Amino acid sequence: MSENKIDIARTRQVAKLARLALSEEELSQFSTQLSDILGYIEKLSEVDTESVEPLAHCLPVKNVFREDIVKPSLGTEKALANSPADDDEFFKVPKILDDGSGA
Amino acid sequence: MTNLDYKIIVGLEIHVQLATKTKMFCGCALSFGEDANSRVCPVCIGMPGALPVMNKQAVEFSLLAGLALNCEIPSFTKWDRKSYYYPDLPKNYQISQYDLPLNGTGFIEIPLEDGTSKRIRITRAHLEEDAGKNIHAGDAFSRVDLNRAGTPLLEIVTEPDLSSGTEVRALAIELQRIVRYLGISEADMQKGHMRFEPNINLAITKDGTEYRTPITEVKNLNSFRALQRSVEYEARRQLDEFIDTGKTMVMGNKSTYGWDDNRNVTVLQREKEEAHDYRYFPDPDLVPVEVDEKWLSKIKSRLCELPLQKQKRFVEQFGLSDYDAGVLTADKATAEFFDETVKAGAEAKRVCNLLTQIGLKLANEKNCSVAELGILPKALAKLCVMASEGQISASAAQTILVEMSGGENEPEKIAEEKNLLQKNDTGELEKIVDEVLANNPDAIAEVKAGGKKSKKASGFLMGQIIKATKGSANPQMAAKILSQKLGQ
Ligand SMILES: [Zn+2]
Repeated sequence: MSENKIDIARTRQVAKLARLALSEEELSQFSTQLSDILGYIEKLSEVDTESVEPLAHCLPVKNVFREDIVKPSLGTEKALANSPADDDEFFKVPKILDDGSGA
Repeated sequence: MTNLDYKIIVGLEIHVQLATKTKMFCGCALSFGEDANSRVCPVCIGMPGALPVMNKQAVEFSLLAGLALNCEIPSFTKWDRKSYYYPDLPKNYQISQYDLPLNGTGFIEIPLEDGTSKRIRITRAHLEEDAGKNIHAGDAFSRVDLNRAGTPLLEIVTEPDLSSGTEVRALAIELQRIVRYLGISEADMQKGHMRFEPNINLAITKDGTEYRTPITEVKNLNSFRALQRSVEYEARRQLDEFIDTGKTMVMGNKSTYGWDDNRNVTVLQREKEEAHDYRYFPDPDLVPVEVDEKWLSKIKSRLCELPLQKQKRFVEQFGLSDYDAGVLTADKATAEFFDETVKAGAEAKRVCNLLTQIGLKLANEKNCSVAELGILPKALAKLCVMASEGQISASAAQTILVEMSGGENEPEKIAEEKNLLQKNDTGELEKIVDEVLANNPDAIAEVKAGGKKSKKASGFLMGQIIKATKGSANPQMAAKILSQKLGQ
């Protein structure tokens, strides 16, 4: 394939959203791979779906609810047990500098 | 001088925290002020392999809100993942609804200051989970509390139909009344149960051409006052900016401002060139929700008369002023208490006066609603009837109401004990009138002489009679006896 469907710029954007730091070499490699995958999946568009309803979910199951009843929570000690950094009350993360990705 | 005219255009996004006992997708209790990270479990903390299960109550609360907001309710709705990275979002995605929300288009009527109402279109109202809380202490770390993560939120989005800070505030207050009437949210602003994000811009007409200023979104609004002021401030700021720079709106371009409550100004947080890329896709961990007629009509049966309907009815049915009707319908318990008292036979305006002049003050002092003062509607109705029939004076009724708030529900007994019953006994009253007349021959002469002084003199005699009975005389009856005795 001479021209990639997912070009370098798009690959860079996807990597940024996934918080992946890629080298120029990797960018070009993944650009080709992602485009190949997309090309492969494109095959599906050859299928005639004229009379098929779009599917929002793959299981024929709906309305699985639970009642609004309180169950025991973990508690602070257990919740923090596996955290890389905490102060016995809070999870500690590197100081947040807003990069605008929050909602 | 150029000819310049402008209109404010505002749309609102409102997050309402639902009053469920547990979180949206797990059995953790909702929390406020508990120890940090104590009310979390593998689901809401985003442990691998943990699976979310929908809280039925949250879905029903949302549908009830949709019905009250006149929303179209689709029969099929689903959950989507909204992806972004932030430490308060443990799964790196928020479970929300993208293209198939629980509630579609609808509208809300908001009361305006002139007593009319305005219809604001609702774009959608969907259900989602809240994020946790980040705490920035100023050192090298940020701290994360996930107690709030997973709390059910109803996000209501309006069309840009609002055209002033006052209207935006009115909508916020009306929505608070509605969700409280429905019992689906405590809607406590101080606890962050309602969060507002207005989107504001101006339509400016200059020399016959219309321009739109860039849209700004304002965050961090934690009171109705801040909400109103932020809209008013933004309108002024945008007008100034337009006059200075002539900058106009670019599609899809939106800046975010924060509200500084101390300085009463908006502060630029970020300017966005590109829209967020949240990469929404259907959440494979959750199955869709299908709403059939049977379920929906069951939820519909939980709808009650809504606040603005009630307010309008109080005006039309009882002749109350729009202001008084608004005061009485501010909370459901007070409105129902008023309604029941009238049903028990009291004159509506008298109940209204007693409640607005005395009842609400008592309730305020005790930090409760009028309905929680310990007064029974029947007893209040009895009190009103006593006043209407002239057994007690209007001011005695107020005194008795204060006594009744102490839990005593027999107004007759209080009236008797406090000697507040007006003397309706004509024999006794006649005797008093005779005595007063015997002591005041000058006044009698003045009355009989007629003219200007006559009125004043008969007023004086009435005063003497009331005084002689220590205020317990029924004034109408005393006046009747007096004029008979004076041969008038
Ligand atoms: Zn949980």
